[in-house]
Amino acid sequence: MMRPGSEAELADAVAGATGPLRVIGGGTRDIGAPVDGDVLSAAGLSGISLYEPGALTLVAAAGTPLADIEAALASEGQRLAFEPMDHRGLLGTTGVPTIGGVVAANVSGPRRIQAGACRDSALGVRFVDGRGRVLKNGGRVMKNVTGYDLVKLLAGSWGTLGVLSEVSLKVQAIPETEATLVAQGLSAQDGVAALSAALGSPFDVTGAAWLSDTGEARVRIEGLAASVAYRLKQMGAEICAGWDVYEGVASAALWQEVRDVTPLSGQAGTVWRVSVKPTDAPALLNALGDPQAICDWGGGLVWLLMPEGGDGGAAAVRGAVARLGGHATLVRGSAETRRAVSVFQPEEAGVARITAGLRAQFDPRGILNPGLMG
Amino acid sequence: MDMPPPSPTVLAKKARILDRLRTVLPADAVIGDEAETRAYECDALTAYRCPPLAAVLPASTNEVAAVLKICHEENVPVVPRGAGTSLAGGALPTADSVILGVARMNAVLETDYENRFVRVQTGRTNLSVTGAVEEMDFFYAPDPSSQLACAIAGNIAMNSGGAHCLKYGVTTNNLLGVTLVTMEGEVVEIGGAHLDAGGLDLLGLICGSEGQLGVVTEATLRILRKPEGARPVLIGYDDIVVAGECVSDIIKSGILPVAIEFMDRPCIRATEAFAGAGYPDCEALLIVEVEGSEEEIAAQLERIVAIAKTHNPVELRESGSPEESAKIWLGRKSAFGAMGQINDYMCLDGTIPVSQLPLVLRRIGEMSKEFGLDVGNVFHAGDGNMHPLILFDANKPGDLEKCEAFGAEILKLCVEVGGCLTGEHGVGIEKRDLMVTQYEADDLDIQMAVKDVFDPKWLLNPAKVFPLQSSETRRIAAE
Repeated sequence: MMRPGSEAELADAVAGATGPLRVIGGGTRDIGAPVDGDVLSAAGLSGISLYEPGALTLVAAAGTPLADIEAALASEGQRLAFEPMDHRGLLGTTGVPTIGGVVAANVSGPRRIQAGACRDSALGVRFVDGRGRVLKNGGRVMKNVTGYDLVKLLAGSWGTLGVLSEVSLKVQAIPETEATLVAQGLSAQDGVAALSAALGSPFDVTGAAWLSDTGEARVRIEGLAASVAYRLKQMGAEICAGWDVYEGVASAALWQEVRDVTPLSGQAGTVWRVSVKPTDAPALLNALGDPQAICDWGGGLVWLLMPEGGDGGAAAVRGAVARLGGHATLVRGSAETRRAVSVFQPEEAGVARITAGLRAQFDPRGILNPGLMG
Repeated sequence: MDMPPPSPTVLAKKARILDRLRTVLPADAVIGDEAETRAYECDALTAYRCPPLAAVLPASTNEVAAVLKICHEENVPVVPRGAGTSLAGGALPTADSVILGVARMNAVLETDYENRFVRVQTGRTNLSVTGAVEEMDFFYAPDPSSQLACAIAGNIAMNSGGAHCLKYGVTTNNLLGVTLVTMEGEVVEIGGAHLDAGGLDLLGLICGSEGQLGVVTEATLRILRKPEGARPVLIGYDDIVVAGECVSDIIKSGILPVAIEFMDRPCIRATEAFAGAGYPDCEALLIVEVEGSEEEIAAQLERIVAIAKTHNPVELRESGSPEESAKIWLGRKSAFGAMGQINDYMCLDGTIPVSQLPLVLRRIGEMSKEFGLDVGNVFHAGDGNMHPLILFDANKPGDLEKCEAFGAEILKLCVEVGGCLTGEHGVGIEKRDLMVTQYEADDLDIQMAVKDVFDPKWLLNPAKVFPLQSSETRRIAAE
């Protein structure tokens, strides 16, 4: 395994590579078609180089452990707004999640619906392309339209366009308090309808999920204590009449469970992550015979537990998504399944041509995580 | 401003190009007459003008595709145009180009409140997107100052921001999907009513690409429920450094105002003379706006006022009514007009880390003396997006050049302190040649390589974004 300790060493490692490279951060997000190649780890590039709480910005080397970043932010009462998932429980991986891995996979949790995805908090990147060139795009300021936005392109490219060496992020103040409204025993249809109503209210909901095993709907509100109390009262009187209220740490625990897809962890089967129009979630579940599922993002993000056998549910899931619109990713499956089916959503011809063209420009030798995204 | 020389081949076949365009568009949608093409000779950066070869006004995605196919076959450059409100020359034609205006495409195609999106044709104006959904108390969040006139097409091309993006983000954070027509005339759907990309984030790449990767004809936009109310507080300081510290403390406190606007003394005086908003005569003025119910607003303003007081303000005026709110905003919203009353002005758009505010404002003041041109500062302080307004006299020989040189120095300073050349207006032709101060040759090369993928002949929106010298090899190879 290659583990460069500096950006220059990272560039040398890529430039000097003679075959495929399996690019990793902390190695906790083993997702995608299996890649055969020399392992190139960015974990050796570590450290926060700039943190300005008053400007809500942080810059860190890509291999910096996520935990270090979260601790530094917490000491100033701040956090990453996009609430990145920890994949270790669901995937049964070990290791130390890194900030580069988070950005490379555009990992975004429940707050995505209100505060944006990881890509929306990403302000700048430095990376090494497939030719071994050190490149930068974006910067450390919140508004920047100088040139093309390659930051978004790199976020969620899973190390296939370049190896991230540094990321710059917008951060957020931790609100004074949070609370969650909870109802039990709702059907998918009723659950998602309730989430839609909550998200369509003026009460600035920052989490909206429905879990199939208990039929539980959860709606989160965050902010100043007086404001949260007011909104709880308003929502309790209208959209969420009769729902239970969980506050503080009890509320936070409910969202960590949704964020990390805990109910599906440790259960046999493949796990799919499907992005659909929120109100299409019930139809999706219905078409698949109502498998165990967690509908986050008001229904827009559906986590599905499907049987491991055969294609791991690929044909059924992809068929349903094709009818409804959206995309599906096989997040957990055996290496055999991940070799046999396309892990990421197959692209329409026009988009596929653009994607192939971009890959040829960023990685002309095809050595960066080749085939991982299909 | 250097522009590439027009292609003699294209100029020579103007009649043939017009004939071919008329085979795919109605007669009134193809403009070739020299008196009429003059209407498209510039955008809001009026210092630079060049009538195009022709202008077309397609009414559908299919018509756009047909136009682009012809232009691609004939090797004619195409300049996409929304409403022509670019302050950066993003829609400046070349003499051999066809202006592709999307103004006739302004329909609302789909409104979905349950899923909180609206799908529109991109010729629709920014404000009329909100207009289409406000009966249900929803709104489209990005609010550039030109929102009454500017088109969604241009908002997407430039990734436009606005005063309220501190809370709601800019265009790219509110864009869910686009219908993109490539230069070859192929129609590609990217994104949709769902969130985030299944593969590479092409949507994020297209937003802000200044019309150089394709023409966006339809867009799916996120809409939000309106907050129950909003109210600003006005805070005046006799020291810009202290005002900067106050901004930083408010942000750190955990309150997220929807807007934090900043004006300096020259701007305050100009707007007072123009609009009479009752602003105090001080060094720096902040307008901080918060949203929510009456109780929530009161609770947030109480904290903001407490923070402001620790810095000894010379003025503190909390709005108690919609009339008072309007009065507080009046001066800020009239700032550009007020400066325009005094003289011609150039509006810059660099962004800096908020911590560098005092330094940058001091340096701008010093440079103002060196160049002998007055400058006023009015900007979005919460996110460091500055808008220095340099005053000059367009009728005085050499003044524009002096103003541009001053502007370039300010933008270089923005980059030097860790910021960037443009926060929300775009590069266009205006900042094209300054790109080398922010990016190394390789950084520009990889961006140009992206254009190679989408537009191998380099026909879309020529001579924007990249310094001509940087793009020369590619442009020649493409010919």
